[in-house]
Amino acid sequence: MNEMLDTGIGAAVRRREDNRFLQGIGNYTDDIVLPGQTHAHIVRSPHAHASIVGIDKAAAEKIEGVVAILTAEDFADYGGLPCGWQVNGKNDEPMKEPKHPILAEGRVRHVGDPVVVVIAETADIARDASEKVSVSYKELPSAILVDDAVGAGAAAVHEEAPGNVCYDWELGDKAVVDAAFKGAAHVARLELVNNRLIPNAMEPRAAIGDFNRGTGDHSLYTTSQNPHVIRLLMGAFVLNIPEHKLRVYAPDVGGGFGSKIYHYAEEAIVTVAAAKLARPVKWVADRSESFISDAHGRDHVTTVELALDKDGNFLGLRETTLANMGAYLSTFAPAVPTYLHGTLLAGNYVTPVIYCNVKAVFTNTVPVDAYRGAGRPEATYLLERIIDIAAHDLKMDPAELRRRNFIKPDQFPYDTPVALTYDIGDYEATLDQAMQASDYAGYAARKAESAKNGKLRGRGLISYIEACGIAPSNVAGALGARAGLYEAATIRVNPTGSVSVLTGSHAHGQGHETTFAQVVSDMLGISYDSVDVIHGDTDKIPFGMGTYGSRSIAVGGAAIVGAVDKIINKGRRIAAHLMEASEADVVFENGEFKVMGTDKQVGFGDVALTAYVPHNYPLETLEPGLEETAFYDPKNFTYPAGCHICEVEIDPETGVVEIASFTAADDFGRIINPMVVEGQVHGGLVQGIGQALLEGCVYDDNGQLLTGSFMDYCMPRADDFPNFVVSTNVTECTHNPLGVKGCGEAGAIGSPPAVVSAICDALSEYGVTHFDMPATPSKVWSLIHGGKKAA
Amino acid sequence: MTVNVSMNVNGKTVSADVEDRTLLVTYLRENQRLTGTHVGCDTSQCGACVVHVNGKSIKSCTMLAVQAAGAEVSTIEGVANGDELHPMQEAFRDNHGLQCGFCTPGMVMSALDLVKTNPDPSETEVREWLEGNLCRCTGYHNIVKSILAGAKAMRGA
Ligand code: FES
Ligand code: FES
Repeated sequence: MNEMLDTGIGAAVRRREDNRFLQGIGNYTDDIVLPGQTHAHIVRSPHAHASIVGIDKAAAEKIEGVVAILTAEDFADYGGLPCGWQVNGKNDEPMKEPKHPILAEGRVRHVGDPVVVVIAETADIARDASEKVSVSYKELPSAILVDDAVGAGAAAVHEEAPGNVCYDWELGDKAVVDAAFKGAAHVARLELVNNRLIPNAMEPRAAIGDFNRGTGDHSLYTTSQNPHVIRLLMGAFVLNIPEHKLRVYAPDVGGGFGSKIYHYAEEAIVTVAAAKLARPVKWVADRSESFISDAHGRDHVTTVELALDKDGNFLGLRETTLANMGAYLSTFAPAVPTYLHGTLLAGNYVTPVIYCNVKAVFTNTVPVDAYRGAGRPEATYLLERIIDIAAHDLKMDPAELRRRNFIKPDQFPYDTPVALTYDIGDYEATLDQAMQASDYAGYAARKAESAKNGKLRGRGLISYIEACGIAPSNVAGALGARAGLYEAATIRVNPTGSVSVLTGSHAHGQGHETTFAQVVSDMLGISYDSVDVIHGDTDKIPFGMGTYGSRSIAVGGAAIVGAVDKIINKGRRIAAHLMEASEADVVFENGEFKVMGTDKQVGFGDVALTAYVPHNYPLETLEPGLEETAFYDPKNFTYPAGCHICEVEIDPETGVVEIASFTAADDFGRIINPMVVEGQVHGGLVQGIGQALLEGCVYDDNGQLLTGSFMDYCMPRADDFPNFVVSTNVTECTHNPLGVKGCGEAGAIGSPPAVVSAICDALSEYGVTHFDMPATPSKVWSLIHGGKKAA
Repeated sequence: MTVNVSMNVNGKTVSADVEDRTLLVTYLRENQRLTGTHVGCDTSQCGACVVHVNGKSIKSCTMLAVQAAGAEVSTIEGVANGDELHPMQEAFRDNHGLQCGFCTPGMVMSALDLVKTNPDPSETEVREWLEGNLCRCTGYHNIVKSILAGAKAMRGA
């Protein structure tokens, strides 16, 4: 039913992966049972900061069914968890990079820091025995909030990072920017907090280690967004296992949003333990454990200033931020507040000069790293908030002020003052599109209607841009990345003409099995059903850098195109031989190789068969077989951009904010599958609106996580939202073969400032121009009842 | 203490010796190897574990296996008719009501219980019914659309 006839690029093909997920026959890591498998449970620190005085395993060891109890000593031969990005601060001072041990070595630095691993025949026994492990601690003073951690007399998280500063980084010429501010007619200023979030993919992390004593091969099954990256980091930097002896397999993964990019201690633990015990070792996180061991997101404390001339033209932007790194540097953490944040401060606007200063700060909290959007939501939030403040100060219409400062379509390619070159965009078009879709003109009537019902209505409008398709390797390398950021793909044409696509991208909800097959079948002119997409297994896929930063289609898709192009080229040579034509005369159209100007043609299937049964074949000049691999290194970032408009209705009696409507108009470049793209936008919006309204990670003064379960951390639920109005406007990316930009993070980037702006607008009569997220009912109620109603 | 627990799961009588503290979800996943029922939390909040016990949707992480002894249990694996998806499953597929698929079995099982008592729910009723089911991927928009479409298809069938 409802099967689309068209399955090519641009068609809303229904996802093939859904068949297994809908029937409960997916294959998530926790679903896998290996013969002889044991179960690991991890004893974690209950303290934010403490010395480990002693560990008594005796009582636990006596419990029947306990197989092994491991502490830091058992990992003495291995390295710490590596950081994948080096950021240098002012004067090229390298960041402080204290060791991140697999298990705590004499000192714990956050609640949840792993200390002891108990391995037993069953998960229940491992858990019971863990409770009998007695770890004695001497508590130390802790540093929890970033502003406290950099204050005088703050507790030191790591001795090698004085003042808890990891790096003090800047971008732009401060003197030049300061001069621009001096000449300004108006300066808008704002202090804000970008609230700390907990990613909470619905599938908790899990890992299974396995070891084959016969061959010496290690296997790791893990909930990862990038199995090859884990193989590289864990194999080369932590455990010293060469890549060819280590298989990392990330089967079906239940959401990631960044939190499953990183190499986590548990992966190394089960890999080492499996080899020690010569038995598989499985670990599955409880949700409570996820809260204190998955990398968190955001957590910036920022001051931002915007200088404008009397007509509202932007003259300069200045920002200083304290960014919380948590207790250790997670895999990508240093890049998030710097190269994924400072470089986005131009937004969609012509701002001649920009200065950004970011201090990354260690605290006794869970490590903080990229979470959906990663740095770009923080940049968009502060920029869009300060523009609203400026509009308010100057009594200008917020849409008009943005429009006035937009980079215009004829200004592309556009070099920003913060090191990026935008290739293409049309920001006014998405703005107009969103305004129209939201019935901008009819707002006054809706506001009056709300007022009649005793509700306060407000509207917020924002523009955003993001840099996706991460990243040109040479650029990334110059900025401190310790790896390349290309992607790889293999196209294997099987003898009977079916095609296996092996991609280094990893799907954990994005639908690659469908959309990548659309691309390949479209290019090869063969049936969609004969194309299979394989991902997630380092033993099958030649190489890959994985999925994050909305890079899969822009980088992974481009690698697939490269490999398909090679297949077509080789096919042309085979076809030319079969048709006794000159290769130059052979074209490939709709799945047929044709000799131009004649009616001679040979089908793709015949060429495939000939490649594997090369009886009539140019064997002297061409190898048999039809399989090609391509690596694609992006030439530039891609720049998705758009406009989000939110309307809220607030009940002044309760402070409850309702999203009355949310409209998004986005430019993601060329669209492969509009249904999937809309789904990505919806999901991003709910995470972003969740940040604005509901979610916020709270530690108490002692570093205890107060929001440590779904009872306390407010996750977005179905009845918190209306239906969304989403649409796209396309300017095709100029530098990748598909013209695509990526769509995974946009919703989470644009929505927080749109919601906050709408709430401030609704509360304008109470003098509210800004507040820090989330807009809980009690906060909003206080703003109303503590505020002054304007006369 | 080990106890023998039997029940009818998806029309078949099954039985296993388990510790008395074993949760129904563990019994289904580990003892019956029906891994479509998922565990997404430890505070009875997420609904990834929803199954039907004697025709009512329940969170199988919040019930002991012994409490379900002798009961009729249905899980996501029993919903389709062979390879033919149930109209509610088909509606999820057709409306892109799932992304990573982790919450999906719980969503479908919850939806089926809703439609049983309320064959023609409004959008608001669907959203409110889902208060015990978390999804981090879809933004709920397409889940709600799927359930409305699934309910419609079931009314027509
Ligand atoms: S596992 Fe979360 S409610 Fe049952
Ligand atoms: S589809 Fe991933 S949690 Fe719902």
